[in-house]
Amino acid sequence: MSDDTLLSARGLTLRFGAVPALVDVDAELWPGEVLAVVGESGSGKTSLLNVLSGRCQPQSGVVWYRDPEGRLADVHAMPQPALRALHRSDWGFVHQNPRENLRMGVSAGGNVGERLMARGARHYGSIRAEAIAWLAQVEIDANRVDDLPSTFSGGMLQRLQIARTLVTHPRLVFMDEPTGGLDVSVQARLLDLIRSLVARLGIAAVLVTHDLAVARLLAHRIMVMQRGRVVEAGLTDQVLDDPQHAYTQLLVSSVLQA
Amino acid sequence: MNTGYNFAYLDEQTKRMVRRAILKAVAIPGHQVPFGSREMPLPYGWGTGGIQVTASIIGPADVLKVIDQGADDTTNAVSIRRFFARTAGVAPTTHTAEATVIQTRHRIPELPLREDQILVYQVPQPEPLARLEPSRAESRRMHALSDYGLMHVKLYEDITRYGHVSISHDYPVMVNGRYLMAPSPIPAFDNPKMHMMPALQLFGAGREKRLYAVPPYTEVRSLDFDDHPFRATRAPHTCGLCGATDSYLDEVVLDDRGGRLFVCSDTDHCETRREAGGARR
Repeated sequence: MSDDTLLSARGLTLRFGAVPALVDVDAELWPGEVLAVVGESGSGKTSLLNVLSGRCQPQSGVVWYRDPEGRLADVHAMPQPALRALHRSDWGFVHQNPRENLRMGVSAGGNVGERLMARGARHYGSIRAEAIAWLAQVEIDANRVDDLPSTFSGGMLQRLQIARTLVTHPRLVFMDEPTGGLDVSVQARLLDLIRSLVARLGIAAVLVTHDLAVARLLAHRIMVMQRGRVVEAGLTDQVLDDPQHAYTQLLVSSVLQA
Repeated sequence: MNTGYNFAYLDEQTKRMVRRAILKAVAIPGHQVPFGSREMPLPYGWGTGGIQVTASIIGPADVLKVIDQGADDTTNAVSIRRFFARTAGVAPTTHTAEATVIQTRHRIPELPLREDQILVYQVPQPEPLARLEPSRAESRRMHALSDYGLMHVKLYEDITRYGHVSISHDYPVMVNGRYLMAPSPIPAFDNPKMHMMPALQLFGAGREKRLYAVPPYTEVRSLDFDDHPFRATRAPHTCGLCGATDSYLDEVVLDDRGGRLFVCSDTDHCETRREAGGARR
């Protein structure tokens, strides 16, 4: 791998019994880059995300992460405390269902502030100020800061989850279908928001989606997966405009044109 | 003294097991140590943990004081004191200064404790994260990794909703800068007394089968925010019996026309002050 790769995976293999979830997968991610992983359900997209983020141990293969000081660390050989520290500061995880990540019984401000407090922030006023600033960034009104997430709409919940994840300025964010389950107009706004935040903050992201339009809009590079294998990878526009592999051709041709 | 039982009710092997757990607890201040809690001849919630700790550390020369909400004369305190008088033949006392072992439920005596005294707490719920994190496996992992952001989220929510931290008792503390600990349901007023206390503090939770300890002169900090520092609160009254203005007060309803009397919850403290001439009536 080159000197400036942020995340690098080599030969990842994961099987659930007889079912192959990942077969000899390689991946590279550079700082500030958005990598989309596309494929049908069961193609191993989410498994790849879990293995890359250290949430799931592969049967073979290695994932390297370069920390801000430039040192390389094997994500799966890292001690638990180090991995947790990474997950609550340097990394972020955006779930498809925001309810998995948010604390529904805690106010929006508390949700956004949790990562700050976990990192050691102990000044109520500044935690709250930062929470309000982040709510503004994700276009949630500042006077909703004390409301419970259960009073929020689906799109607002997803935006709240993004604020909660980005508040510690992570360098790398894993996103699992961030726009899944939202209606089309809300999706468009959310995509616009993610795109501007990622570009402005220089965040690298691994984005799992089955929606090629989402990949086209957000990602610099794309990986197409089928039955646990990467069948095609390259620049997003190149792959989507001129698909080489039969499966990619099928995916691209099956997108409905409005 | 009733000779039908082994000294202090528990058999020697059990006492040894509890002492081993206590040694480990003292070695890791604030860490919850599992132990094989026994059935005791009193119901859970009445101090089965505290009574087992007391039984395994008490000797014939010890002087035992038992308090319940600060009072020496309540059912729970009287029963436990009588229990040890029968099974161990130890001298009971109600005076804090004379006691070598003090078993307590929900209070720390007002009189500062000394190095030659041991304070034993009865604990209903040893896990400070119990109400915040439903999975016990996860809360143990949070202790192991010192990952206590969640507790601060609770404090944040309190300040957001009520303008102050609304925890009146069992106020969470950090012990020795490492472990988050539930100080048992003592009022937050008593929390500062735990900090750098010369006496050994032992905590026993019988139903939950956990022991923990704060060794003498250990740092115990109540959790707070820099701009919302911890404050010990008490009812803004004076004791109706001894006139104390600095002790923790109980509110006693006198009649059904709104009559109230505030008295020291620590009965020994109140009596000592009255005998010394601080009485009002």
